[in-house]
Amino acid sequence: MVTLSICVGSSCHLKGSYDVIEAMRKLIKEKGTVDDIDLKAAFCLGKCAFDGVSIKVNDKIITGVTPDKVKDVYEAEIAPLIGK
Amino acid sequence: MPKFDTQVQELKYRILKEVASSYDKGTLDEDIDKIPYIITPHGAKPTFRCCVYHEREIVKERVKLAMGGDKDNPNIVEVIPSACDQCPFGGITVTDACRGCLAHRCAQACRLNCITFENLRAKINKDKCVNCGLCAKACPFGAISNLKRPCEASCKVGAISHRSEGSTAHIDEEKCTRCGACSYSCPFGAIMDKSYILECIDMMKANEKGEINAYMIVAPSISSQFHYAKLPQVVTGIKKLGFHSVVEAALGADMVSYYESKELSEKGKLTSSCCPAFVRYVETSFPTLKQYVSHNLSPMAMIARYIKENDPKAKTCFVGPCIAKKMEMFREDSAPYVDCVITFEELQALIDMRGIDLASLEESPLDNASYYGRIFARCGGLSEAVQEALKERNDPFVVKGVSCSGLEECKRALMMMKNGRSDANFIEGMACVGGCIGGPCCLTHEVRDAADVDKYGRESKEKTITDAVRGIMAID
Repeated sequence: MVTLSICVGSSCHLKGSYDVIEAMRKLIKEKGTVDDIDLKAAFCLGKCAFDGVSIKVNDKIITGVTPDKVKDVYEAEIAPLIGK
Repeated sequence: MPKFDTQVQELKYRILKEVASSYDKGTLDEDIDKIPYIITPHGAKPTFRCCVYHEREIVKERVKLAMGGDKDNPNIVEVIPSACDQCPFGGITVTDACRGCLAHRCAQACRLNCITFENLRAKINKDKCVNCGLCAKACPFGAISNLKRPCEASCKVGAISHRSEGSTAHIDEEKCTRCGACSYSCPFGAIMDKSYILECIDMMKANEKGEINAYMIVAPSISSQFHYAKLPQVVTGIKKLGFHSVVEAALGADMVSYYESKELSEKGKLTSSCCPAFVRYVETSFPTLKQYVSHNLSPMAMIARYIKENDPKAKTCFVGPCIAKKMEMFREDSAPYVDCVITFEELQALIDMRGIDLASLEESPLDNASYYGRIFARCGGLSEAVQEALKERNDPFVVKGVSCSGLEECKRALMMMKNGRSDANFIEGMACVGGCIGGPCCLTHEVRDAADVDKYGRESKEKTITDAVRGIMAID
């Protein structure tokens, strides 16, 4: 099980957290990995100064996520952890 | 220097700041007896009492309240007997302005024939008078006034009384809703709320050590406070105190209006549950209407629950204008989610004890909630939000809402609902006049406050309730 937290703190929210969440949910559904990923929200991951939205995959923080980067992030950071 | 409405608030603030500052440095035990001498130094002239010794005694009592007050007293609001001036309360009284006229409208107005005339002056038979006030209204000179203690006059549920002439105020713990109107209205500052400022400092320190993630949940009424700095600077200030993150209670309000609109259309009749003093008023004075109180958590508890569900290391502290929220945090339904409650006055004391100059700070954004969540801070906002949520969910239910500003209006609406004489199907109950912006622990109460809240609402990124909650509800 991978814990995926998407920052919805004010700073990330203004940069489009909700669009990232929706893109991620859609992708997870497509991949059929709903049961492998615990999708959560986080209020501030402490990386407010970066462009784009911050997310946390288990304990690793990834910054600069936008809806069109969601797929790449998934393939690079999440897929290897669940082997799907 | 921050601006306060009255010198009572300023005195309260100065004491809170001294207590907090000593605790922060770890020297409170040694400093505790020195604080009265810091507030009223040697050689000072008394400013509000007969002598400096009396003033220092009052400061001593306020220090105790700043440290959490009397643990054996279940109430959040306490009377400070040494500060109580035992004001006169003669009721309807003829003053020196009586000119001994010919018309005698006062006597005509009195249905109980209490008024006679002696030496060309009206005289009231106190054995018969019921303080109805008709004579006072009738007098063209305004020569008859109703002498009441300000605390008793402010308490709309009749929880404050005096046991005898010359006795200090007494709060009926059962009847008291903890709205705090008395504490704000007492001109001598003889009624004060217990403070949990020390627990808040513990939380800040634990966050700095990395033991917890401390979240400050700010009430939307903050937009009408801290006039000397911008709200985004206040947010930075709170983070500098040692909070991990600052979250809008208004996002909890968006969630509440979403769920509450569903509950209303299912049940057909509902009262709000956002204001803890209103909820307690229904429970204690209108027990038969308890079934209609919404089962939703308050916006504070709703967002605190959400934070805790997503962060197991989270501890939450709410800051607002409200004394009753300090009671709410101990309620069974809120206690697991809300760890501490402080007021704007107390936040000001914390910021100043650390010497943080808000106006010079960089800005941090605070933007999660919608316009509708934010306008919960003023009376009428909640009803607007519930109506909007129904519309957004395409629910055809028609709201006939009544927005009650202050406990007096709440009483009227609840009476009518109880007697079946009301066609309203939704009561928005706000214990403070004007809603939360009229709360007893606002730094200032100004006419422009409601407009400030609306302006803050319009600045939201999210324009609708659904937009504000779509991300987090999807995660749900």
